[in-house]
Amino acid sequence: MYRYNEIDRRMVTERVAQFRDQTHRHLVGELSEDEFRPLRLQNGLYVERHAPMLRLAIPYGVLSSKQMRALAGVTRTFDRGTGHFSTRQNLQLNWISLEQAPEVLAELAKADLHAIQTSGACIRNITTDPLAGVALREVSDPRPWAEILRQWSTFHPEFAYLPRKFKLAVSGGPDDAANVRIHDLGFQLARDAQDELGFRVWVGGGLGRTPILAKVLREFLPWRHVLTYAEAILRVYNLHGRRDNKYKARIKILVHSLGIEEFARQVEAEWDHLKDGPATLTEAEADRIAEHFAAPDYENLPKFDTGFEFAKRHDSEFSAWVARNVHEHRVTGYAAVTLSLKAPGQAPGDATAEQMDKVADLAERFGYAEIRTTVAQNLVLPDVKKSELFKLWREAAAAGLATPNIGLLTDIVACPGGDFCSLANARSIPLAKAIQDRFSDQVQLADIGEFKLNISGCVNACGHHHVGHIGILGVDKQGEEFFQITLGGAWGMEAELGKVIGPSLAAEEVPPAIDRMVANFQVFRRPHERFIDTLNRIGPESFRDAVYGNSPIHEYAKEATNG
Amino acid sequence: MAKLIKNRDIVEDNWKLLNLAANDTPETVKLPVGPLLVPLPVWQARRTELVRREWEQHDPLGVWLAPEDDPADIAADLDDFSVIGIHFPLAADGRGYSIATLLRTRYGYRGELRAFGDVGRDHLHYLHRVGFDAFVVQQPELAIASLDDFSEAYQAAANQPLPLFRRTLRA
Repeated sequence: MYRYNEIDRRMVTERVAQFRDQTHRHLVGELSEDEFRPLRLQNGLYVERHAPMLRLAIPYGVLSSKQMRALAGVTRTFDRGTGHFSTRQNLQLNWISLEQAPEVLAELAKADLHAIQTSGACIRNITTDPLAGVALREVSDPRPWAEILRQWSTFHPEFAYLPRKFKLAVSGGPDDAANVRIHDLGFQLARDAQDELGFRVWVGGGLGRTPILAKVLREFLPWRHVLTYAEAILRVYNLHGRRDNKYKARIKILVHSLGIEEFARQVEAEWDHLKDGPATLTEAEADRIAEHFAAPDYENLPKFDTGFEFAKRHDSEFSAWVARNVHEHRVTGYAAVTLSLKAPGQAPGDATAEQMDKVADLAERFGYAEIRTTVAQNLVLPDVKKSELFKLWREAAAAGLATPNIGLLTDIVACPGGDFCSLANARSIPLAKAIQDRFSDQVQLADIGEFKLNISGCVNACGHHHVGHIGILGVDKQGEEFFQITLGGAWGMEAELGKVIGPSLAAEEVPPAIDRMVANFQVFRRPHERFIDTLNRIGPESFRDAVYGNSPIHEYAKEATNG
Repeated sequence: MAKLIKNRDIVEDNWKLLNLAANDTPETVKLPVGPLLVPLPVWQARRTELVRREWEQHDPLGVWLAPEDDPADIAADLDDFSVIGIHFPLAADGRGYSIATLLRTRYGYRGELRAFGDVGRDHLHYLHRVGFDAFVVQQPELAIASLDDFSEAYQAAANQPLPLFRRTLRA
C-alpha cells in the first residue's frame, strides 16, 4: 500500500493545524456558521441529529492494520464505540463533538489518516475495487491510479468550490467492481489494440434525486494523460455546471443538458491546451507509485490444500462461509476473504472498536497487515493462505464477522438513515434488521442466491437504492415514514436503475413484501437463475402483483400470517 | 483608506470599484477620477474612451470580471489593464478560481490579479495558488498568515507550473 513520505505527512499535519484554527475561530465567534460550514465539510464534519458526524477518509478503501487500530482508538475514545463503514469506503463516527474534532484528526494524523475532502463541493474520496491487485480478471491494478488521482485532487486549489460534490471511481477492468457508472467521473482500466494501458472514461453518473448512469466520454485515454484530461473535465464543469439550483448542479445534469457529444467537444477543446503539458504523467512517477503497491512475497503454495478441502467437506458451516465469503485470488494457494459487517441484528456496515482491533489483528496474522473496505460496506482481507482459512474463520466467527452472506439478500447496503442522519426521511437500520430477521435461515438464503438489496433513508441515495435488485427508499408522507420499492437495479457494467413498482409501503409492510417477491421469484425461477435474471426475463408484473395483492402468493401469505 | 493584501504585503487600496446600479447603463455611467476598476460591460462599451482617459489623465485602468464572464473576452486586451479584479459574490461560487487560472496560464496575464467580494482568510491559500496576488479581505493583518497554510502542494497551479512529481525526486 502507499506509504507516506515526509511531504505527504506534512500536508496532513498542516491541515490539522489549519482546521484547529478554523474551529477555534468558529467557537469564539469570529467565523459565522455560514462561513465555517464549507470549511468543516471539507474536513468531513457534518452537523447531525445527535452530534456532528465525522466522515474519515479511507482512500480507495485501503487500510493498514496500524491504521485500523487508530480508527478503533478514536472510535473508542471519542465516539460511543461503534463506527459505520460507508458505501464510499469511508468510516463515519456519529458522536464526535465539534470541540473535539480537531483532536480526533490530530490523533488520526499520527497514523497518516485524515478526513480531507470527505464532504463539500469538491473532489471526494476516490473509490475502487476492494479486490484490487488480487482479483482474477484485472487489466491492471487500479490502486496506483487511484493514488495518483488522490494526490492530484487533494487540496486542488481550482476545484475546491465546484457547483456540487464530485465522486470519482477507478475500476481495474471489465468486471467494474468499482461501479464507475454511478460516479461523476469513472476511469476504467483498459488496453488498446497496441496493448497500451489506459482508461475508458465515463462521465455524468450519479444517483440521488435524479439518477443517471454515466456515459462513455472517451473510449480510450492513454494512462499518461489521466491528470490533464481530468483537469479539462473539472474545468468545464466548474465553469459551466449549474449553480442556481443545487438539485441540478451535479455534472450529470450538465452532461445531460449539453448532450454527451457537445460535452465531449468542450472537454477535448479544453484538453487541447493541457495535453502533453507539465501535468502529463511520467514513466518514473507511474513506476514510483506502482512500486508502493508491489505484490508481497507470496509463498509457493500447492493449488489444493488437503486440510482446507477436508474442513470444507466435513464442516457445513465452514463450507457455507467459503462459498459466500471467500474469493479466488490470482496467486495459487491464496484467497481473499470478506469479513461480513452484516450479522443478524447488526446495522449494515457498523463495526465496534473491538471488532476493528480484531480485524487488525487478523490482518497481521493471516495476511500482510492490509485491510480493504468495500463499497458494499464489508471488510476484506486480501491475502489469506487457503491452509489458514479454517483457523481464520473460527476467529472471525467468534468476533461476529463471519456471517456467510456476502452477495446474498441479507448483505444489505444501507445508509445510517433517520436514526442518525438529519437529511433522512426514514430509518434504514430498523428496516434492515427486520429484513435480516425475516431471512435468517442461511440455507434458504444461499438457495435464493445472489441478491442486492439496498436501502436509502432519503433521495440522496447514500444506500444506492437505485442499483439494488430491490431498492428501498425512505419517503416522508405528512410526517410519517414510508418506503418506496424499486425493482430491477443492477451494479457494475450491467448497471441499471431500478423502477418504482407502485405506492410506497409502511415500514412493517416491507419485509413481507420482499418475502412475497422472493417467493414469486422462486415460482418462476429456472435452475440456478439469479433473482435479477428471472426478473429481467419475466418482467416486473408478477412481482408487483405479489406486493400489491393480485397474486395467489399474496393470498397464501395472508392466510399464513393470519394463522 | 481601505487596505488590501498585495504581494504578501498590506498596502493602501486607492482603487475605485465601478458598479453598475440598476438605472446605469455601461454606455452612460459616470466614470469617477482616479485609479478605476470597471466592469466588463463598461470596458466593452467604452474602450476607446477608457484608454484615452488612462493616457491623458494618467489614471490607471483595470477591469473586473463577474463569475459568468468569459476571460477569453479580454484575452486580447490584457496589456490595457494594470489590475484585473475577479468578483466572488459568494465564496461557494468557485468559477473565479478557473477564471484566474485561465488568465494566468492560458492568456499570460502578469499584472495584478485581485480577488474581492465574499473573500475570507480561509480562501487565501487556494486563491494565491490559482494566481491571485491581491486580496480585498477583512482584517488583512490577521488574514495574511493563511497564505501559507500549506508549505507544499501535489498538483501544478498558476503559482507553480510543475506538479510535485516533476520537482522532487521522491522516494
